[in-house]
Amino acid sequence: MPRFYGTEIASSLMLGTAQYPSPAVLAEAFRRSGAGIATVSVRREAGGERAGADFWALIRQLGVRVLPNTAGCHSVREAVTTAQMARELFETDWIKLEVIGHADTLQPDPFGLVEAARILTAEGFQVFPYTTEDVVLAERLLEAGCEVLMPWGAPIGTGLGLTNIYGLRTLRAQFPDVPMVVDAGLGLPSQAAQAMEMGFDAVLLNTAVAKAGDPAAMAEGFALAVEAGRLAYAADPMEPRDMAAPSTPVVGKAFLE
Amino acid sequence: MIITVNGETVAVTAGRLSEILEELGYGGEKVATAVNETFVPAAARAELALAPGDRLEIVAPRQGG
Repeated sequence: MPRFYGTEIASSLMLGTAQYPSPAVLAEAFRRSGAGIATVSVRREAGGERAGADFWALIRQLGVRVLPNTAGCHSVREAVTTAQMARELFETDWIKLEVIGHADTLQPDPFGLVEAARILTAEGFQVFPYTTEDVVLAERLLEAGCEVLMPWGAPIGTGLGLTNIYGLRTLRAQFPDVPMVVDAGLGLPSQAAQAMEMGFDAVLLNTAVAKAGDPAAMAEGFALAVEAGRLAYAADPMEPRDMAAPSTPVVGKAFLE
Repeated sequence: MIITVNGETVAVTAGRLSEILEELGYGGEKVATAVNETFVPAAARAELALAPGDRLEIVAPRQGG
């Protein structure tokens, strides 16, 4: 099971809390997912609104660890200030660091990401950087103090799955001891299973569950797929080959001509 | 004095951040604050006096992915 900054988590499925049709559906989806970590955010609150208190009460009932994000931040300063506010609100040093560099793809800004990771690590944060499959960027993030990497599968909210299998496989192979979470872009359980079969430690998704017609059923589908993929990776899969090889023994076959 | 609260122009009579939060209806709420893009911890609110034109951000827990 995945281990992040010394904390072992009982599930390889991490789930976002946004876009569900209702708080009740969110709670049921979490229950059936078995997820051990929920991502959350901070947003502006009006005086007397108390929406934050209601949401926080709901999350506490789920019995999961929270991973606050800096979603929507485009600059280092914005991301750092957001992380500091999130740490106070959610009482955790964990932060999913997003520094967005491109509006259409929501691709991370690699330069800002490394700088923000360095600042936050120095302030005692335990940073989960939302990154790409770039191995050079990964190296810089590890140098900056990150002990977890969260490469994208595809751009956030697209549901395209693992769009750069080669890049993800290379990243996984280059840093075999670093816990890695495929974050963003997954749309189907088969894609989550594929990530786990490749040796990733966990997957993080939100839209694929929240926007399904039946979010709770989809959450369970992802849970089963993640477990299947995890078992398959641990079981050391066979090597694929180009030519057929009979699985039934040839020796002892009756001659019936 | 006139300050900006979550992007809106607001007139407040109080001067210190803790008092301004009370005045604006955030008393006892689970919120975090930043003034002029710099985080202000809860413990520092009682000491911090705002100046006219300051930009105050007040955030709370929300759904996220």
